[in-house]
Amino acid sequence: MRSNLVEINNIKKSYFRGGQIIEVLRNINLGVPEGGFTVLMGPSGSGKSTLLNLIAGIDKPDSGSLKISGLDITGLDEGELAEWRSGNIGFIFQFYNLMPVLTARQNVELPLLLSGLPAKSRRLRAEFVLEVVGLQDRLHHYPNELSGGQQQRVAIARAVVSDPTLIVADEPTGDLDKQSAKDILNLLHRLNLEAGKTIVMVTHDINATHAAQKVVNLDKGELVDERTTDH
Amino acid sequence: MIFILRTAFNNAFRHWVRTCLTILGLTVAILAFGLLQTVITAWYSKAASASTARLVTRNATSLIFDLPIHYKEQISGIQGIGEVAFAQWFGGVFKDPKNFFPQFAVSKNYLKVFPDFILNEDDQLAWIKERRGAIVGRQLADRFDFKVGDKIPLQGTLYPGNWEFIISGIYEGSDATKVTDRMFFHWDYLNSRLAGMPANPLLKPNTVGVFISTIELPEFAARVSDLIDYSFENSNAPTFTETEQAFQLGFVAMSDQIIEAIRTVSYVIVFIILAVMANTMSMSVRERTREFATMKALGFKPNFLTALILSESILIAIIGGSIAVILTPPSAKAFQLATDSIFPIFLVSQQTVILQIISSITVGILAGVFPSLQVYRVRVVDGLRAIS
Repeated sequence: MRSNLVEINNIKKSYFRGGQIIEVLRNINLGVPEGGFTVLMGPSGSGKSTLLNLIAGIDKPDSGSLKISGLDITGLDEGELAEWRSGNIGFIFQFYNLMPVLTARQNVELPLLLSGLPAKSRRLRAEFVLEVVGLQDRLHHYPNELSGGQQQRVAIARAVVSDPTLIVADEPTGDLDKQSAKDILNLLHRLNLEAGKTIVMVTHDINATHAAQKVVNLDKGELVDERTTDH
Repeated sequence: MIFILRTAFNNAFRHWVRTCLTILGLTVAILAFGLLQTVITAWYSKAASASTARLVTRNATSLIFDLPIHYKEQISGIQGIGEVAFAQWFGGVFKDPKNFFPQFAVSKNYLKVFPDFILNEDDQLAWIKERRGAIVGRQLADRFDFKVGDKIPLQGTLYPGNWEFIISGIYEGSDATKVTDRMFFHWDYLNSRLAGMPANPLLKPNTVGVFISTIELPEFAARVSDLIDYSFENSNAPTFTETEQAFQLGFVAMSDQIIEAIRTVSYVIVFIILAVMANTMSMSVRERTREFATMKALGFKPNFLTALILSESILIAIIGGSIAVILTPPSAKAFQLATDSIFPIFLVSQQTVILQIISSITVGILAGVFPSLQVYRVRVVDGLRAIS
């Protein structure tokens, strides 16, 4: 039995849009096991991305507690959250969100700028991680010189380069063709299995559930189903 | 730091056409600012090059009234006075009124009072010998291509008739800031012709416009001035004496409002380019909202992103400003030629260059402040939803 890295208790979140309050998440209680691969699923507007944003510390709940490695991040201010994210969270976005003016290696180095590592160590580490994701021959390519699948692999390299506690992925295969999506899912699966990384992923892709150890379904802001698989 | 500078440079030129146009606009604005500042400097150049060790004595009522020539002896006798020379405004027309240049009938010792005008000994002797002899400054000679031996015909305005002078020499300024756009000829010649003319209450012989005196101790200029004026207090033509610099500034003061208008316009130009550049930077940063939000998500704090935006803005401003600073001296030269030597001294001063640099950097900083605030305020989740 794995302990939970993420503990969510009675989380509520609402937005004020178009003159009215919209409840996005209602009384969410969830645990994310350490070293596990958790998938959040649900129709559009179900609140899965909002929940992922809260777990990643880029948004704050209205009420409830959200503990990661025992630390309740709802009590941190913006500056503390930024510092916490830099050491604990690796982000993978649907549209990769790479810096177009930086090469693949420089993009991967980006989170390490906050680590205080010397330039040479940063470079070597970035090159190593790019080799792990199979892009050792694309170090000096700019994002617009790479395919979508390759860009997402650079983004994955950027997410893991600082060895974060948790990797959050928001529809990482949503902008990719079938084969590239499969490759990315395999890569994330490997990271989970071989490197023991805890991953929380939002997806519409049913194939993604094959690699997951826990699948959480949300609908209209409520957690409607939570099941663990035998992966 | 290297990362910030490299990224700022790359970001600045990712839309290179837009950035080049911004740099061009900034260059033109800072260049125009520099030229207008140089116009102001040129306006004051005669006063700036005037001495505080020379006194100018004129009629206390107005400059248009003359003083008797015999005042020279009395002024010479006052304690603290060195050499005393005199000059009379002539105001003739050379071929066409648009060819205006200052002409003065002066005493023979005039150059002793103005050591800033340098004329070689041979030419000095030639000038003294020639009754109709005149000396012209280098700037004036260059303007009309005058040479020694040339005859200059002048149509009298204050002093009627046709006058002809022979150039005996061309004097130089002691340095590049000295104005040498004037012609000097013998007061004796003017006076002798005046004596032969029908009596005119406004054109009396044996009178001069101003006396110019050197003083031994410039720090006592005010005291010596008072002594001169006191000497003629109860005469028919009381005097007013001041330093040459104050005398020249009095002329400049007549055009104070024009100078202020030029100064204001020069700063308005900088303000306009500031607004244009702030808008460009805002557009550029707004297009990259998602990138900045991504960096925030990765843990970069707003101060880092502010440094990134300000570096980019200042970099663009420095490039534009530097080009403008380099182009200002040749543009000033072209401006001087195009304005037909209205400004005999039109040099870009060090102060103008410093002002140009300060203006460029200020524009860069201020243009980056507003977009930095935008990025500072944007929430990560909202920024990530922004369309690139």
